[in-house]
Amino acid sequence: MSHLPFAPVLLPLLAGILLLLLRHLDMRLRRLVSIAAVLGQIGLALWLTRAVAGGDILVYALGDWVAPFGIVLVADRLAAWMLLIVSLLALFALLQATRGIDAEGRHFHVLFQLQLFGLNGAFLTGDLFNLFVFFEVLLLASYGLILHGGGRLRTRAGLHYVVINLAGSTLFLFAVGTLYGMLGTLNMADLAVKVAAAPAENVGLVRAAGWLLFGVFALKAALLPLYLWLPAAYAHTSAPVAALFAIMTKVGAYAILRVYTLIFGAQAGPAADLITDALLPLALATLLVGMLGVVGATHLRQQVAYLVVASIGTLLTAFGLGSGAGIAAGLYYLPHTTFAAAALFLLADCIARQRGELADRLDPGPVMARHRRLGALFFLVAIAASGLPPLSGFVGKFLLLRAALEHALWGWVLAVVLVAGLLGVIALARSGSLLFYRAGTAPVREGAAASAPAPTWIALAPLSGLFLLGVGLTVFAGPLADHAQAIATQLLQPHEYVHAVLGAEARP
Amino acid sequence: MEALIALIIATLTGSGVYLALRARTFPVVLGLTLLSYAVNLFLFVMGRLTVGEPPVIDAAAAGYADPLPQALVLTAIVIGFAMTAFVIVLALKARSELGSDHVDGREEA
Repeated sequence: MSHLPFAPVLLPLLAGILLLLLRHLDMRLRRLVSIAAVLGQIGLALWLTRAVAGGDILVYALGDWVAPFGIVLVADRLAAWMLLIVSLLALFALLQATRGIDAEGRHFHVLFQLQLFGLNGAFLTGDLFNLFVFFEVLLLASYGLILHGGGRLRTRAGLHYVVINLAGSTLFLFAVGTLYGMLGTLNMADLAVKVAAAPAENVGLVRAAGWLLFGVFALKAALLPLYLWLPAAYAHTSAPVAALFAIMTKVGAYAILRVYTLIFGAQAGPAADLITDALLPLALATLLVGMLGVVGATHLRQQVAYLVVASIGTLLTAFGLGSGAGIAAGLYYLPHTTFAAAALFLLADCIARQRGELADRLDPGPVMARHRRLGALFFLVAIAASGLPPLSGFVGKFLLLRAALEHALWGWVLAVVLVAGLLGVIALARSGSLLFYRAGTAPVREGAAASAPAPTWIALAPLSGLFLLGVGLTVFAGPLADHAQAIATQLLQPHEYVHAVLGAEARP
Repeated sequence: MEALIALIIATLTGSGVYLALRARTFPVVLGLTLLSYAVNLFLFVMGRLTVGEPPVIDAAAAGYADPLPQALVLTAIVIGFAMTAFVIVLALKARSELGSDHVDGREEA
């Protein structure tokens, strides 16, 4: 048994503990340790991606307890893909944080590594209760991170975020308890087998538990109507944390994809395709409402937060199509939207620092220092985020629309995605012209002068890096789309997962 | 016994939901605590109600109590305890920073 699938969970945990022990040492040393740990995770994610690229599914039985009795970690193509996205995003968020934000409160790097520990664990685990535990780990770390630095608005938004997630955790436990009570197992592969063979008198409760789980994952993913916690929380936390949190909603999307292809997928007998009919309309509604939020936002960071909501709508629209091509389009779109939203959060912070009291309010303000540089970056990142050609957002949406043509509701999907895209373009164009073209036209008020030094290229490097990742997604769109297709194909063959975990004799 | 336990869980959940929807942080924290009590009891009961049965293999045993929900409940209690402690501290912080214990920081709602 290779220990490789366990390494991405162990590394951030050990790094977090080490950073806690080193807390009295020099900040530069702690930053180095933290960055080294993230670089290590990128290396591990790449290694894991290579190891599973051929279609193998690596199973790691913790403590060598055999599934379904022990907890297993399962690395398939999807898990490796998510790990790679998280570690790349984390690198740039961390680089931004080391420019001073990590010193605004205590234990930033410890919490950051524990956040990665929770994220990596959630992507790798093959056990539903273990998924709950990793959700709690990543949430507890995120509570610390979201409040990092303090401040009135941050505390209020943080309180809402914590309370709603605690309620979500309770719901998760109810769902897990019901599934265990009916089926006697929590191993996801074993659940897939048992749900398909559930006796008729238990089917109703099993389906109810499946819906409860969907509610929990929809809350984490910020799907309509459970997205209301997101805009305030993301708009008021510090920029690197908001950038890292661009992946948090995708954890919910990942969980939806995993659970409803594996456990409640097409093979699940009486509970087959449990949420399929509901997912697509909800996702389209989320996309539309999110984009209305983007249009109506009064602050740039609030606007980006609504873009995150809209991106979840697009992503789940792709997953909701249910076909291999749809899931593949979503999996290609996922890293694009994560990196683009993170870059926009970082850029919004750089812009806000140049505008003194006005901060990121969408009003004409003073001409910013280095406004050409900032304006050019805003233009490029906005093109990527709104899905205009030639960048990766366009490729992702094109794949999505092509996949949608085979679906019965293709007219709705096309209409909503295209209208939402247009709204996004209009809103971002308006923000750009308010911030850059009309700068200097309004009389500058007292105290509205720039409060921060002009942004150097080094200060803009993390967000430029995120943007270049998006360019990379565009340049290598062919091979990456093929890889996304391979992931989707593997996901739609859940018996491979079941066989890898339980052995070849288990019936899917 | 099943009906009694079900009633207890229902009462706890109902009170928890009601309190969690209140506008002041203290009832909200209490509500979340009651909800976590309810779910812990629920998880425990999912191993079925048994009296005086051993949870581990015993040659003389007529039946067994399911040990797994007990382990799950233990984990859930620990996590719930930590979360309650955290949310209390956060509520106090919000009270001092916002100058009000209203969940939206408003003076009167």
